[in-house]
Amino acid sequence: MVLKGIRYGAAGLVLVAMAVFVILPFVGEFRLTERVFDEVVDASHHEALKSLMHDDFGRTFIGVHGLVNSVNEAVTSWNVAAKAESRWDEVIYADYAFTIAHAAAVGWVVDARWLLFFLVFGLPVIGGLLFIWLSYRDREGVAHHGVFHRALTSRGGVALILGVVLIAFYVVLYWFPAYTVNWVLLVDPISEAISGSQASQWFLYGSMYTLVILVMGVRMLLKYQFSPYHSLRTALLMFFQLCFAFIIPEVLAALNLPAQDLKNIWPLDYSFFFDYRLDAMLDAGTFGFFLLGWGLLLFMVVVPVMTYFYGKRWYCSWVCGCGGLAETAGDPFRQLSDKRLIAWQVERWMVHGVLVFAVLMTLAVLYTYWTGEASLVQVAGWSVSSYDLRSWYGFAIGAAFAGVVGTGFYPFMGNRVWCRFGCPLAAYLGLIQRFRSRFRITTNGGQCISCGNCSTYCEMGIDVRSYAQRGQNIVRSSCVGCGICATVCPRGVLKLENGADDGASRTETKPFVFGNNQIHVNW
Amino acid sequence: MHTVIIGNGIAGITCARHLRKNSDEFITVISGETDHFFSRTALMYIFMGHMRYEHTKPYEDWFWSKNRIALKRAWVSAVDTEKRVLQFNDSAQLAYDRLVIATGSRSRTVILDGVNLSGVHTLYSLQDVERLDESTKAVLSSAQGARKAVVVGGGLIGIELCEMFRSRGLEVSMLVREPSFWGNVLSLEEGRLVEVHIRSHGVEVLTETELVSIEGEAGHVSRVRLSSGAEIECSIVALAIGVEPNVNWLQNSGIELGRGVLVDRMFRTNAQDVYAIGDCAEFRDPPSGVAAINQVWYTGRMMGETLSQILIGKDVEYAPGPWFNSAKFFDLEYQTYGQVATVPKPDEQHFFWRDLEGRRSIKVVFDAQQSIFLGINVIGFRVRHELIAAYLEKEATSQEVLKRFER
Ligand SMILES: Cc1cc2nc3c(=O)[nH]c(=O)nc-3n(C[C@H](O)[C@H](O)[C@H](O)COP(=O)(O)OP(=O)(O)OC[C@H]3O[C@@H](n4cnc5c(N)ncnc54)[C@H](O)[C@@H]3O)c2cc1C
Repeated sequence: MVLKGIRYGAAGLVLVAMAVFVILPFVGEFRLTERVFDEVVDASHHEALKSLMHDDFGRTFIGVHGLVNSVNEAVTSWNVAAKAESRWDEVIYADYAFTIAHAAAVGWVVDARWLLFFLVFGLPVIGGLLFIWLSYRDREGVAHHGVFHRALTSRGGVALILGVVLIAFYVVLYWFPAYTVNWVLLVDPISEAISGSQASQWFLYGSMYTLVILVMGVRMLLKYQFSPYHSLRTALLMFFQLCFAFIIPEVLAALNLPAQDLKNIWPLDYSFFFDYRLDAMLDAGTFGFFLLGWGLLLFMVVVPVMTYFYGKRWYCSWVCGCGGLAETAGDPFRQLSDKRLIAWQVERWMVHGVLVFAVLMTLAVLYTYWTGEASLVQVAGWSVSSYDLRSWYGFAIGAAFAGVVGTGFYPFMGNRVWCRFGCPLAAYLGLIQRFRSRFRITTNGGQCISCGNCSTYCEMGIDVRSYAQRGQNIVRSSCVGCGICATVCPRGVLKLENGADDGASRTETKPFVFGNNQIHVNW
Repeated sequence: MHTVIIGNGIAGITCARHLRKNSDEFITVISGETDHFFSRTALMYIFMGHMRYEHTKPYEDWFWSKNRIALKRAWVSAVDTEKRVLQFNDSAQLAYDRLVIATGSRSRTVILDGVNLSGVHTLYSLQDVERLDESTKAVLSSAQGARKAVVVGGGLIGIELCEMFRSRGLEVSMLVREPSFWGNVLSLEEGRLVEVHIRSHGVEVLTETELVSIEGEAGHVSRVRLSSGAEIECSIVALAIGVEPNVNWLQNSGIELGRGVLVDRMFRTNAQDVYAIGDCAEFRDPPSGVAAINQVWYTGRMMGETLSQILIGKDVEYAPGPWFNSAKFFDLEYQTYGQVATVPKPDEQHFFWRDLEGRRSIKVVFDAQQSIFLGINVIGFRVRHELIAAYLEKEATSQEVLKRFER
């Protein structure tokens, strides 16, 4: 009874933190002064913008919204005029709303930074860990009681609210970053401590992402404490996120080297061949060459070799950052993936379509890099350049798909929407896994009882049961080898294996399930 | 040709699917329970909230029309084997050329004071689970009455019921007639090991205890009286004392019945073109090593596979490989292969090993003279079906088998 109370209290702490987080973008004071303007705005734009914004100098805005409007209005009106008079080189593309707001922040949010930091980041860690500890401290087996009775994990009202909040967060992060400024202020001191510079919205996002993986990783470690496989892969995911995705790039940046996530692989890392990144690597001496070589080695050698031996799980559910979030924060939602045949059909077109798009876009970018020629096709006054492809890809795939849909849809469509339908690297790994790998999930003779736990809890929406009840190995390009199907199987039927078998027997189908002698004798 | 199958369980559906693969005839599958085939073995997971009914359907709903398997939701009340007509309980009729009876089992009940009170349950059908769900919700939301369920029967369905009630926060007492859990299948040591585990999940296990009567207040269960003289206050009583072939409705059909529908090794009944498979079938003369009545998922499937071949004219008889089965007792997985008696038969020896934590055990049965491997029970291990079946079929020695378990 007491424990139950503490557990609710812990959940309450997380809710309080979420409430503070949601309110923050609407509050705070921002004082726009000439000094702020001079500091932040590029000298080449001073003349253009100063006269337009001059009236607001000295004004204090309550909430960031007014300031953002003021900045954007000034920039827009300048650009409209510049475009009208065809002064193309004078158009301003820089997003000053975020940087000005960041520099203009004053008042209680800034003063109460540490308190707010504690409320927004400390509370959910404390509350979350306490809740997790009380929920999963002594698990000996599968913990799925009530999954379809609770609104949060079965597309109920709470799930709807959470999904809307997540989607709104991603929309703000990608397209209205100025509204993240109060959150960013809270992590400034940390950024300054690590790399010496102020935080950006991406630093904020990276810290939150890492924190969520660590806390929810602890949940996985406890929930599956009886399984060495899940413990190991969860620990790996937490390690790679903390060190490779978060700390190492910050340290590299502090050392003035290209800040690269060394485990991110093209084409997931779709900007790897973009001019500015190639230049950064080529300008960074030996270390830069190492980065370039490492990046090429990863997708040309490491991916095929590792996938041959272990299947795509070595990346998707042991190393990858997207996988890291999906396997930790996303675990409560894995049962929401669509298992229908139609979903599989859509998936195959979509994910391989993205792979093709990524390859073409990269080829175009490289073409431009080598030839200096940006334009690719020109038909009747209509032209497409490699820069267009780049920005379409970045918008549609990099931001909308991977971010908004990928994570925002967790409570609606499960935790692997991006990995399943959109990730070009997953598609590439998947092709190798399907056709040139030893990895498969074997089914134990005739022991399947068709209960459906495996299919239900497959985050990739694979109808595992349809294979298991036929006694057939599961060999699917989408399988990320998370191993949950094997864990939830109540009859010990499923086993992830990568022992020597890369031949025809790997995908063999038998007319009847093992155990029925008469049929085998007479066929 | 119109083949009608009564029962959309694993036996009937497996037969229908394989028949469709090899023949173009009309196939109709009838069931009164649900529109579509679902996994009965998953009923507990629906109750516990691991899955919804939707998730327990192994095939999507479009599968049936795409494969031209007609489905009919109705209860068959009588069969006229002369006219080859089925009678439904709403007085509609359906003609068949060939009939497959695959009507499964029904829960056994007892004649006792109080069995008709509300709050007394059995577990076999989807509707049973719905009733259990309602009853449990009522108990949890009511201020009165004990938040306790009594499960009668120490077997596979009994232990599932215990886990189900515990998952919803009810207290549970389990009454086991034998000296230890599942005493007619597991040895005393194995049963004890499982009991310790069940108790660790908060279930009170009362062995060598039987239900004497159920008492109620205002038509609802309020306590049970036990053979030990004790009484337990409770709001739910779940009877899990076994199942029996669901064949009562065939009483006057002229189809010969024993405990089940009597069939030969090709599943033929005494009536022309009428067959029976699955839980409801009873072999007049079972193949060696096979029981007369087989009430598990796997046998239902194998019978369905075999009958589908017989119906397309193949000359085959039911001949399953070595017996196998599996179960899960809360977090403990159990598998069995071959013939494993609770205590050694005169010419047998049993090798038993268990770990100190009580999470794993192995019992190997072998022939005392020649040390030939006859069967194995494992708890807390997953062993390969193909491997063990091969050992059994080639009559491996016990040493060979035990070697695999060293380490
Ligand atoms: C809770 C539970 C758990 C189980 N777990 C396991 C397990 O883990 N492993 C295992 O091997 N076995 C298990 N079993 C046993 C297994 O489910 C059965 O052996 C198997 O389902 C029998 O299949 P069947 O096709 O013969 O019959 P059924 O599945 O019973 O199908 C028969 C169908 O016919 C319908 N029907 C009956 N009479 C009529 C009529 N007159 N008109 C119309 N329709 C009718 C019934 O309503 C039913 O839908 C379990 C059983 C239960 C109840």
